[in-house]
Amino acid sequence: MSTPLTPVITEFWDRPDLYTLDGYRAVGGYRALERALTMDPDDIIAQVKDSGLRGRGGAGFPTGMKWGFVPQGDGKPHYLVVNADESEPGACKDIPIMMANPHALVEGVIIASYAIRANHAFIYIRGEVPNAIRKVEFAVKQAKEAGLIGSNIQGSGFDLDVVVHSGAGAYICGEETALLDSLEGYRGQPRLKPPFPAVAGLYASPTVINNVETIANVPYIVDRGVEWFRGFGTEKSPGFKVFAVSGHVKRPGIYEAPLGITMRELLDYAGGMRDGSEVKFWIPGGSSVPMLTPEHLDLPLTYESMAEAGTMLGTGTPMVFDQTTSVVKAVTRWLEFYKHESCGKCTPCREGTYWITGVLEKFEHGHGQEQEMETLTSLCSQISGRSFCALGDAAATPYPAAMKYFRDEFLAATHTSADEQFDPVASYVFAGAAAR
Amino acid sequence: MTITNEPGADVAVPSELITVIVDGVAIGVPKGTLAIRAAEMLGIEIPRFCDHPLLDPVAACRACLVEIEGVPKPQPACAQVVSDGMQIKTQFSSDVAREAQEGVMEFLLLNHPLDCPVCDKGGECPLQNQAMSVGRPESRFTLDKREFEKPINVSAQILLDRERCVSCARCTRFADQIAGDPMLELLERGAQQQVGTADDEPFDSYFSGNTIQICPVGALTSATYRFRARPFDLVSVPTACEHCASGCSLRTDYRRSTITRRLAWDDPEVNEEWNCDKGRFAFPYMQQGRLEWPLIREDGELRTASWPEAIDVAARGLQAAGKDTAVLVGGRSTVEDAYAYQRFARAVLGTDNIDFRARANSAEEHSFLASRVAGTPVQVEYSDLESAPTVLLVSFEPEDESPIVFLRLRKASRTGTRVYSVGSGTTRGLEKMAGTCIPALPGREADVLASLPADVRDALAEPGAVIMVGERAAASSGTLTAVVELAESTGAALAWVPRRAGERGALDAGALAGVLPGGRPLTDAIARNSIAQAWGLAESDLPRPGLSGVELHDAITEGRISAALVGGVEPADYPLDAVEALGDLDFVVSLENHHSAVTELADVVLPVAVVSEKSGTFVDWEGRPRPFGQVFRDAMMGSDAYVLGMLASALDRAQPSTVTDIRAELGRLGPWTGSRIPFEPARVDSAQADTTGEVRLDSWRLLLDLGVMQEGDPHLAATARPTVARMSPGTAQRFAIGTHVRIEGPGGFVQLPVELDESMIDGVVWTPMNSEGCRVYRDLGVGYGHAVSIAPATEGGSA
Amino acid sequence: MPISDSTREQMREIAARYPSARSALLPMLHLAQSEEDEITTDGINACAEVLDITPAEVTAVATFYTMYKRERVGKHHIGVCTNTLCGLLGGDAVWDSLVEATGAGHNTASPDGEFFLERIECQAACTHAPVMTVDWEFMDDVTPGSAVEVIESLRRGESVQATRGPAIRDFQATERTLAFPDDGLADAPSVDDKMLAGLQIAKERGMTGGNA
Ligand SMILES: Cc1cc2nc3c(=O)[nH]c(=O)nc-3n(C[C@H](O)[C@H](O)[C@H](O)COP(=O)(O)O)c2cc1C
Ligand code: SF4
Ligand code: FES
Repeated sequence: MSTPLTPVITEFWDRPDLYTLDGYRAVGGYRALERALTMDPDDIIAQVKDSGLRGRGGAGFPTGMKWGFVPQGDGKPHYLVVNADESEPGACKDIPIMMANPHALVEGVIIASYAIRANHAFIYIRGEVPNAIRKVEFAVKQAKEAGLIGSNIQGSGFDLDVVVHSGAGAYICGEETALLDSLEGYRGQPRLKPPFPAVAGLYASPTVINNVETIANVPYIVDRGVEWFRGFGTEKSPGFKVFAVSGHVKRPGIYEAPLGITMRELLDYAGGMRDGSEVKFWIPGGSSVPMLTPEHLDLPLTYESMAEAGTMLGTGTPMVFDQTTSVVKAVTRWLEFYKHESCGKCTPCREGTYWITGVLEKFEHGHGQEQEMETLTSLCSQISGRSFCALGDAAATPYPAAMKYFRDEFLAATHTSADEQFDPVASYVFAGAAAR
Repeated sequence: MTITNEPGADVAVPSELITVIVDGVAIGVPKGTLAIRAAEMLGIEIPRFCDHPLLDPVAACRACLVEIEGVPKPQPACAQVVSDGMQIKTQFSSDVAREAQEGVMEFLLLNHPLDCPVCDKGGECPLQNQAMSVGRPESRFTLDKREFEKPINVSAQILLDRERCVSCARCTRFADQIAGDPMLELLERGAQQQVGTADDEPFDSYFSGNTIQICPVGALTSATYRFRARPFDLVSVPTACEHCASGCSLRTDYRRSTITRRLAWDDPEVNEEWNCDKGRFAFPYMQQGRLEWPLIREDGELRTASWPEAIDVAARGLQAAGKDTAVLVGGRSTVEDAYAYQRFARAVLGTDNIDFRARANSAEEHSFLASRVAGTPVQVEYSDLESAPTVLLVSFEPEDESPIVFLRLRKASRTGTRVYSVGSGTTRGLEKMAGTCIPALPGREADVLASLPADVRDALAEPGAVIMVGERAAASSGTLTAVVELAESTGAALAWVPRRAGERGALDAGALAGVLPGGRPLTDAIARNSIAQAWGLAESDLPRPGLSGVELHDAITEGRISAALVGGVEPADYPLDAVEALGDLDFVVSLENHHSAVTELADVVLPVAVVSEKSGTFVDWEGRPRPFGQVFRDAMMGSDAYVLGMLASALDRAQPSTVTDIRAELGRLGPWTGSRIPFEPARVDSAQADTTGEVRLDSWRLLLDLGVMQEGDPHLAATARPTVARMSPGTAQRFAIGTHVRIEGPGGFVQLPVELDESMIDGVVWTPMNSEGCRVYRDLGVGYGHAVSIAPATEGGSA
Repeated sequence: MPISDSTREQMREIAARYPSARSALLPMLHLAQSEEDEITTDGINACAEVLDITPAEVTAVATFYTMYKRERVGKHHIGVCTNTLCGLLGGDAVWDSLVEATGAGHNTASPDGEFFLERIECQAACTHAPVMTVDWEFMDDVTPGSAVEVIESLRRGESVQATRGPAIRDFQATERTLAFPDDGLADAPSVDDKMLAGLQIAKERGMTGGNA
């Protein structure tokens, strides 16, 4: 029997008023907060630890453990920062969460702040999505008006201010320390660690940075309990995930399912591949994790099994490409992205992406040279593990992964351009008349 | 530091040291040491570009990647704090490190132009050098290099070739962290990232030249030096800076008897690795417009004369005046030259009428210097500023008046030192030190010091607190008295910071009436005896106390003095009539290297050496000797001491005239341990307090202004701050002042653009003292602390 | 054109949201851009003045982020995602059609100043590929034809509805929203079939996430 879908965060997205306080309350919203405010903050941290919730921002770091790193009783202000910068190619789940169910995020923010004793929380949303920004701002405003944010929340003695902050277009600001610099009004370049944000983050004070989806999970865990949460997923990857399936599938969209569901199952829910097409390669969670092929479709989508397959679950937003896709073109485009988004701070990423992109563009036009395939491999290894932050590592990922499965396509690109190898029009999701 | 050759061998290290092993060699290092420094201690050189020991680590360039045992990825040695037992493997013992470094080097060279042959840095370029040692022999990069429009001016003086930049951010971090002038920034992103400024705001920093020196490639150059020389053609000589009392160690580079540039020398105790733009760029004066031959006045005109003739005329003229001669040393002489002046005055001319203070001064200051400063051992050092809990500045604007003191205070302020300044407002420098202004009307500092807020007073009572008083205090009666009382009552250390490089040394050398070398009182029998003996004289041959300062000036104007022997003074520092008065004397001898207001009225002009042509010693504000050697060994020009020696010979007296001989004589004298001249407190001159209907003039010399030793570098001059008059909005309102103000004193008026300054107290107008469009003494006839009147500027009356 | 006093006042208002005023710089620059259609020296100087930092520090920030433009945007900003997924699924063709229809190019405005085109990176809407944005509001699942239709409607002054978001206003209005997100448009439609794809199947098949 196939793994059933498990709408939790997405359960009431079809309610037109879910984005309002009343609508959210009507489906049990803010019940968790009420309960949380009666609890000892440490017990909430313990509960989140016990749930095994892992960060949904890509790295899968255990959330409760992260909260536990914040020194308590240190006399310094603490901050919660929500990473809503979602800019990773292929990732498209946080923005929908914020547009459809902003109060789940806001409720999670209040609970998390209470747990880590933060009186100030910031939601850093990438600037290119005004519609998510206004939705979250509206939810925050309503929560303020209802006394769920402010001073002495619900008579608990707990004070909290929440600020919705707009970014301005920089993928690197999803990297948590770059985000902090950006939030402090600087260029979004990553910071030297240590000190780690839990000790010296925003304004050099202890700070927790969590992904939108991670925080949106919190109210449900507090409300329904650890056991319920652990009832989904695996021992090492408990819970459920807002999967966003995109690409050459029949019904691209949001599918919330337990961790451990396979790509084949998800593909099935998404109606399978579009007519007459088959999977050529797919990427489990954003362009920064290595691609997989049809032979990996039956692997469970968990942190551990993806790692075993040499990739990562990442953001859990699979992109699926069919046989019409030029791998050379896809990889080139991704590298153009990394080149454009490299912050410029460190040499390997700044110069490496410049170089690799230049060479890949030659291949895309059919002018690659065979020995340059090895050069590209060595350039990637000159970035990987040597750059300042994980963006460099990410940039060094697509090419070696593609070479592993599609070496011949690069070889062919030494004489035949990507567009000649693969008619670009065949890859479009619209056809004929629509194209003009 | 303990070194053993066996890896992990048991070494005895003091408890605060931890042991790390670099390439198999163990070394004990203090906790918190960075891996790159630990390696350096063993002589192991790890490549680096962004690393700079005086800047916060960024680990951006990745050139320094090393392998740390047990850590999967190579780590930047420049940011890796070592832990006990850590095994660090550099490129010499680890393939991981070597490959990582080679990879980074290849990336760094990718977009770097191969223009080494025309690049100023060629030959002394860290990138060039490290590319040789860790780079690939051949480039695999065949694409187009990134291109930028050829050099852009980030200031009038500093040029930037962006394609050479490796984004190490040393310059931008210097601007922000050290100078506190974040006007040079990294702009753009990714491969387009580049250094630059805002569209309409240049990199306006007194310290801008340091960025050139720390740039590890040839991206930053100075308009002055650009394309002028190749490092390997240059001869480098260590020097001390002659421009102010900060005492920087410098390096002078020359080629074929022409100075091509000056750089900051690394002196951790004084200037660290920095200097100011004046010290760096203001050297062309030494090779332009020099007096080459002696001049004699004949029929009212100066004519060239031979040395024997000029010495003869000068010696006879001075001899005729004898005791009625005034000897004015100037603030720029070396210890040795100042010593020669005072010895010539006292032993040859038989007069004690001598003063080095070629600027506003007072009897109170004389007493202060004689009692508290002359010949005293070092009381406050740079490092004391860094550790001081509190520093109080009085009549002293360090950024303009002693820039390296400013840098150190700013560094201190970043680690918790609180800076207070008694002054008319918060200067840009004070703001950068996060300092607090304790408002005082210029001239009324004494009152403010006597009634300091209790918290400031308490802070000064904390151990390590320092009071720094500038030379301007002399122009504000009672200030030095109040400062002395404050230091005594709080226990704070006291430092006097003159502006000119020669003042402290001249004072120590005895170039002040009543004060013999080493601070010996002229009236002290033991002192007189020992000096007379050293000079081969009888005690009775030494003069009785003479005149200095205002008294000497009065004597000159009243005709009680008939001749003057004048060293290098800057006329702009003098209240106007002080120079004019010399014109009424029977006989004036000027020892100078350029024409000046003094040579214009002198009867004999004797050219003397500039610093590059002689050796000598300056004494910085700390009291630390800053000896320097001759840059040009074959220089023909003699020092002041040498010329004074010739004059003495002409009068059949011998006096040491070489640096070696003078130092030997000073050495024989040794320090003075006898009784000192007591301090005589001064009363506040209440006449100064009357300001009805007028405002007080606050004024000091900006670091970059019309100073004669700054002549000859138009690029440097173009970076001077614009001439403005500053006042509070309240003052402007009271006098209905709009965009421009007319400031009038007894000697005339100036009209200047107004800059409103919220931090200033009412009733004060500030102007620069000697800048384009505003030379205070000449234009207004009064100086710091005096009353002037202000009014809206009149049309067409611009000064 | 200098930044108005009321804008400066609003900049101070934004700064007051944060424990440290400088945090307001990004939204402040959006506000400056909403007034001037681009980041000008005046806008930079105004931010510097309000925050008491140097214009160079503001310039360093303004040039780092791609949403701040160095050329006048004009009435509408049109973004086309040409990152891998959107680009290959048809975004490239959409881009070509828009270049042709408007006469604008990447990061430049059309000659009539109506449309400013930009090849944008992934918009977090891959499920709706190919994606276009108009003044940063979503225009999901476009085709070259439908994209040009949007342009033409805008040109005719017709009301155009974002697929997930409000009716299109203009670039300045959106930049203002980024500075002051409480713009009264929170009721704009924001959920569509693709966002409900999984939920609908779950409902049909009686799958739940457990008790509520
Ligand atoms: C280049 C880069 C971009 C990233 N972008 C995002 C992002 O948009 N959203 C996000 O939540 N995490 C992003 N991350 C991961 C964050 O650094 C961080 O791990 C995460 O926000 C932690 O939250 P979590 O523990 O809840 O997952 C990014 C990381 C890198 C290196
Ligand atoms: S890897 Fe380096 S250049 Fe790339 S984004 Fe990170 S710090 Fe910036
Ligand atoms: S010197 Fe260490 S990273 Fe630059």
